[in-house]
Amino acid sequence: MKARVHVMLKTGVLDPQGEAVRRALGQLGFEGVEGVRQGKVIELDLAETDADKARETVTQMCERLLANTVIESYSVELV
Amino acid sequence: MHAAILVFPGSNCDRDLKVAFERAGARVSMVWHKDTALPGGVDIVGVPGGFSYGDYLRCGAIAANSPICRAVVAHAERGGYVLGICNGFQILTETGLLPGALLRNAGLKYVCKPVDLRVTTADSAFTRGYAPGSTITVPIAHHDGNYFADGATLDRLEAEDRVAFTYVRNPNGSARDIAGVLSENRRVLGMMPHPERMAEPAQGGTDGAAMFAGLVRDLADA
Repeated sequence: MKARVHVMLKTGVLDPQGEAVRRALGQLGFEGVEGVRQGKVIELDLAETDADKARETVTQMCERLLANTVIESYSVELV
Repeated sequence: MHAAILVFPGSNCDRDLKVAFERAGARVSMVWHKDTALPGGVDIVGVPGGFSYGDYLRCGAIAANSPICRAVVAHAERGGYVLGICNGFQILTETGLLPGALLRNAGLKYVCKPVDLRVTTADSAFTRGYAPGSTITVPIAHHDGNYFADGATLDRLEAEDRVAFTYVRNPNGSARDIAGVLSENRRVLGMMPHPERMAEPAQGGTDGAAMFAGLVRDLADA
């Protein structure tokens, strides 16, 4: 089973990289981009076959390592 | 006084920190990241600057989960002293020993230059050698030094006099100009600037030396 984890800076945490990308898009002529947030995607290849167990384990991985919950939020998707 | 300095793959300020402690009169042991225990009788652990594990995932995240860091957390929980500088500060926030996190610099650039710091509190073994409110000059060299914590945490740090240093001119967007913070028991300090790089005249200044001299004096008496 594969899991995909999305990690994003929390709302309210300034994302200077996203802001730089937004400005660069404007310079390329793409108008109307009002906000850009940059995050990361982590794909996991799991031996687990039970979806509930996989979700629980990956959530623990996020809490302990994959995300820093002081500044980041995460979501887990099983694929 | 016995200091242990951690060495991770990618550490690059470990030897500078060793020299600064030794010149202040400390005995220093270098400790590899795969070790599971600190040497016996260690008074303080130095977590040095650099790019531990190549800054993979997040600065300090992999180091914070290394075998030696479990021993460092146990040392701190027993009331032991810990000094984290630059990447060391990032590692200490990732372990949860210090609150907050270090984000990408607001200006997006790696900043490497001497900066003026205000010594916000002299009430710690790290800062006792400085006059409270005085200004010292030490270098910064980081890409991710933008201190972040939620408003309630920042209020609490200020109310408890746990902000050790602030920037006179904020170089990286840090909340409330914070350059270094203390733990609740005031025995763990994390800071982005490098006092070990301003600890003898050949380095262009000696404003950092008082931190190491003060630690050696205080911890030798303890």
